[in-house]
Amino acid sequence: MAESRFVYVTYIRATPERLWEALTSSEFTRKYWGETWQVSDWKVGSPWKLMMPDGNVADAGEIVEIEPGRKLVLAWTNEYRPDLKEDAPSRLTYELQPIGDSVKLTVIHESDTPLSRLIQAVALGWPAILSSLKTMLETGQPLEITRSWQQQGPSN
Amino acid sequence: MEGDDDKVFRALADPVRRRLLDRLHAENGQALVGLCEGMGMSRQAVTKHLKVLEEAGLVVALRRGREKLHHLNPAPIQEIADRWIGKFERVRVRALADLKAELEGGSDG
Repeated sequence: MAESRFVYVTYIRATPERLWEALTSSEFTRKYWGETWQVSDWKVGSPWKLMMPDGNVADAGEIVEIEPGRKLVLAWTNEYRPDLKEDAPSRLTYELQPIGDSVKLTVIHESDTPLSRLIQAVALGWPAILSSLKTMLETGQPLEITRSWQQQGPSN
Repeated sequence: MEGDDDKVFRALADPVRRRLLDRLHAENGQALVGLCEGMGMSRQAVTKHLKVLEEAGLVVALRRGREKLHHLNPAPIQEIADRWIGKFERVRVRALADLKAELEGGSDG
């Protein structure tokens, strides 16, 4: 295997605008993404940070590509786990494609590093976060499991 | 009309397709050539099984360079778990699954 990749495709009953807001705004991410929030001005080349509830940086990187409501590509490096920080920067891609009354959300988190520990770690975190995102947008309530930050748990 | 859940369960009902998912779980992002190795069947047969898995959303193929790479999509199985495993039981079920795997020597059964 030449590289490491996590792929998750889900269909969410929402508009692309609402899903985009849920993926990027602090108000939303705090609810379903373990109380975390992101800091960025969301322009190509700008820095990007994912903040933990204690105010420390979980992950950091920059905006590689952005088309609001359609596509976001981030360079992503882990900042709080020394074993993961050594990995080369990974690449996170969100793609949103409207289909009927839903949006097909494709999440690709990949690294050029074979057997990347960062990708192995986020592969354990993403399913719960993305499932909680879907549940929150469709029912108004996120899943219990992703409501608070857990270092070994569902959070990236 | 066959619903999405029916497609997922129908796809999972076949041992060959479960084996293909096991192989992607062990090594995600494989090309067709790699997936055919050791399957003991024709390339066409493997392609057909992969198509059923893709239509059920269990496998996602992405083009990377010149290759078409196949990936396990955990979302449909996660949605099945969300449907029948309550929000509080989940942690306990996971702990029991881990215990079972450990007692059985690392196999998930």
